[in-house]
Amino acid sequence: MQGNVAGGRGRPQDKFELRAWFFMRISGVILAVLAIGHLFIMHVFNSIENIDYQFVVERWKTPFWRTYDFVMLVLAMMHGTNGIRVLIGDYVRSPGKKLFALSSLYTLSFIILALGAIILFTFKAVG
Amino acid sequence: MKITLKVQKFDPEKDKKPYYKSYELDMEPMDRVLDALNKAKWDEDGTLTYRKSCAHGVCGSDAMRINGKNALACKVLIKDCGSKITLEPMLGFEVVKDLAVEMKSFFKKFKSVKPYLINQDPPPAKERRQSPKELDKFDDTTKCIMCGACTTSCPTFWADKDYIGPAAIVASHRFLFDSRDDADEERLAMMNDADSVWKCHTVFNCVDACPRNIEITKAIGEVKQKLLYDSF
Ligand code: FES
Repeated sequence: MQGNVAGGRGRPQDKFELRAWFFMRISGVILAVLAIGHLFIMHVFNSIENIDYQFVVERWKTPFWRTYDFVMLVLAMMHGTNGIRVLIGDYVRSPGKKLFALSSLYTLSFIILALGAIILFTFKAVG
Repeated sequence: MKITLKVQKFDPEKDKKPYYKSYELDMEPMDRVLDALNKAKWDEDGTLTYRKSCAHGVCGSDAMRINGKNALACKVLIKDCGSKITLEPMLGFEVVKDLAVEMKSFFKKFKSVKPYLINQDPPPAKERRQSPKELDKFDDTTKCIMCGACTTSCPTFWADKDYIGPAAIVASHRFLFDSRDDADEERLAMMNDADSVWKCHTVFNCVDACPRNIEITKAIGEVKQKLLYDSF
């Protein structure tokens, strides 16, 4: 089906924007819980004074915390990336600049996501 | 009450860029901004250009930026503006002259959402009946007077002229939620367009701007929700 709103670019219609919008709602709610939990653990129950290498070792001994951190990483990156994608869609008008902005965004997000995931899953305590 | 009416003037045939001109006027506090404009035009400067018709907040001709905020000049009282009132054309449209803007694209988008009843059934002998509860679902969006205050207050529209804007979505909502209308599928397809409801990021400027107090962001939210439920 073709987009049929006057002034619109008549881009083919699919459910992508709908799903992206819904994803933002769901991930937002989950992130609020995860991030507030994270904040409390890191800055209320603990503080930067006693968070050290040993703390991370202890924490990542259990698959639970690794999963917690992984879910937070993936959701935060996807949520943020989609937010910027939408902004680029609104504010970057020229197709060339848009292509450049979007490819930079996706590349950067992927690198951060991959780095985070690699560290999360390959971390082994030393010493 | 002495006021200074500062108006953005621009005649594309003569001026390179817009400039401001001030008019010192003696007005009553209960006069409306439109009265001040009229006084300036009739007594001081015949070239001053703006649209108006009904002067009672019904026709939607005189939407403009009053002290930076979109409103109808015929609905805002002088006493609520202070003694210095700045008038500028709505943002995002080409200026025809002074406060009059080119609204062709606005009406084109408005029309494109088919703002009229579509029902393939032959009309009944009397009328198509509807319960008050069914009316409630879209009553609010019937209040639109197409002044453009909402669309031209929307940052997404300022940035992206392809966005159909809140006014067109309000018009679509009015029929989408009307139990007598049966073009749901077509209307939803239009609203699902990438340049349609998904461009609304719930900034709420439109709600602030609407002279009819339509809960626009809520209406757009309802369209999004309907699209979501229909997609399962
Ligand atoms: S002149 Fe008609 S709405 Fe103001």
